[in-house]
Amino acid sequence: MASLLYAVFVGPFKDMASSPSFLVEVLLGGIATGLMYSLVALGFVLIFKASGVFNFAQGVMVLFAALTLVGLMEKGLPVAVALLLTMAVMVALAFAIERIVLRPLVNQEHIILFMATIGLNFFLEGFGEMLWGANVKRLDVGIPDRSMMVAGIQVNQLEISAAGTAAVLVTILAVFFQRTRIGRALRTVADDHEAALSIGIPLKTIWVVVWSVAGVVAIVAGIMWGAKSGVQFSLSLIALKALPVLILGGFESVPGAIVGGLIIGVGEKIGEVYWGPLVGGAIENWFAYVLALAFLLIRPQGLFGEKIIERV
Amino acid sequence: MSDPEAHGLSGSRPAGGGVGAIAGRTSNPEARHGSAGARPSAGGVGAISGPPLLVTEDVSVRFGALLALSKVSLEIRRGEVLAIIGPNGAGKTTLLNVVSGFYHPYEGRIVFEGRERTHLAPPDVAALGIARTFQNVALFRGMSVLDNLMTGRLLKMRGHFLLDALWWGPAKRQELANRAVVERIIDFLEIQAIRKTPAGKLPYGLQKRVELGRALAAEPTLLLLDEPMAGMNVEEKEDMSRFILDVNSEFGTTIALIEHDMGVVMDISDRVAVLDYGRKIAEGTPEQVRKDQAVLDAYLGATRG
Repeated sequence: MASLLYAVFVGPFKDMASSPSFLVEVLLGGIATGLMYSLVALGFVLIFKASGVFNFAQGVMVLFAALTLVGLMEKGLPVAVALLLTMAVMVALAFAIERIVLRPLVNQEHIILFMATIGLNFFLEGFGEMLWGANVKRLDVGIPDRSMMVAGIQVNQLEISAAGTAAVLVTILAVFFQRTRIGRALRTVADDHEAALSIGIPLKTIWVVVWSVAGVVAIVAGIMWGAKSGVQFSLSLIALKALPVLILGGFESVPGAIVGGLIIGVGEKIGEVYWGPLVGGAIENWFAYVLALAFLLIRPQGLFGEKIIERV
Repeated sequence: MSDPEAHGLSGSRPAGGGVGAIAGRTSNPEARHGSAGARPSAGGVGAISGPPLLVTEDVSVRFGALLALSKVSLEIRRGEVLAIIGPNGAGKTTLLNVVSGFYHPYEGRIVFEGRERTHLAPPDVAALGIARTFQNVALFRGMSVLDNLMTGRLLKMRGHFLLDALWWGPAKRQELANRAVVERIIDFLEIQAIRKTPAGKLPYGLQKRVELGRALAAEPTLLLLDEPMAGMNVEEKEDMSRFILDVNSEFGTTIALIEHDMGVVMDISDRVAVLDYGRKIAEGTPEQVRKDQAVLDAYLGATRG
């Protein structure tokens, strides 16, 4: 009994203290993975903020963006051109979604819009496969994926790039939504379509803008994940990892997506490395979900979410 | 506003509003009409007799087989308070929805300020200066009262929203100017104490008042109120009546409202339009409508029982 307590509560911390540079490496790895989760979670947050709808298709949008980019590059286009074209495709997709899926469903219950995104999910998955095939593809947009030593600590260049990109993206989005009128307009649309229309908010424009931005965020996430693990259909499943991030951070908070991603990324790495051997490993696979479950019990609105107020 | 005539009008109602104000008005409708024409705030000379602010011409709305509105022609005159009444299902809310662009008529025209706008979408209607409230309060429940009112100013904010982010000076000045307007409305509606409260937490009567405030924040030319007093007690109704009359006289806002409480309707409206089964069966001053045989048959007769 005493030895078990020791192994859980004392041993891992002694390990951390005995090799601080290794601890820093683990932390950095966790932060980088966490930011990659955040990138996916951001796409969800944007659409949730604008329509109060959980976009089930966000994971597939990441995959679709990565597939399109790789497909265009395989056709011999330079990276920059392929990237611009992919952006155009995602914006076109936003227009199509607004026209075909969202517009006919204005003022419907949120659950109906949610189901529409499930449909969108299957459509995009099939459409992507039809256009670009189902093989695993290597995505090389020129981000170096080598390790290097900085002050005695081993860091991965790809992870550094991912962290930098996420930081830039979040800054831009934060300014876009908090310093501009569109932020206030977004909140009104999420709260009540009818009322938003009555005060002159053009719902269609807002939706196209937000889905376009979510599409661009999907491209960034697709590039990062594609560079890390290849472009393949399992990429759409990282959406599953974004879900606990959202529960932790709150569905409508951009900073929440970042902090949630970091907590989960760092937590699962630390848990895996220091406590993993105790339970035979694989902590990384369930840590996020257990943490999310705990949050649902204690603070269902997440760290930064808005408390839902309902007068009955 | 500094015109003595304008003060003369409010003088005809005892200060402090309430029952006295409403009663005073009923007893002397002619006085109101007399002074209304001279109000500078109500759109200049001949406010009520001038060209109408909004006209519906033979407007019909159909939901499948149901004819919700049948060739309804109605004038909303500049500066007036028009009440739209009728039994449940008469098409009152449908008419309001057509005017605010939520529904589009399958026949007929809607003319606002002399220009046809039959097929405009709600945001475009709002941009023309038509604000509205809803039968079931449609506030942004998670936002504070202040934020709710600020959303009413979104249309008034100028400039590209990307530039807002970069140009601190003008954007900030604009925000402050809009905030000042909203503060005036908060004072006017006497909701200072709840400015920070999330709208969803407020009691129903106050929610209705906040919704009125949000509509006012847009500084509309025409204000549409869908049952502004539904579910209120007598005291709340008196407050709301006073606010509606004050909005009309102080800001010169033309108001069209749907209301079921006949006492309130007779007290606060300049004219009344009566709908029944999607048709307009009468239109006129409260006195005229009160005596109208078709109205008595369709509506008042039933309630007198």
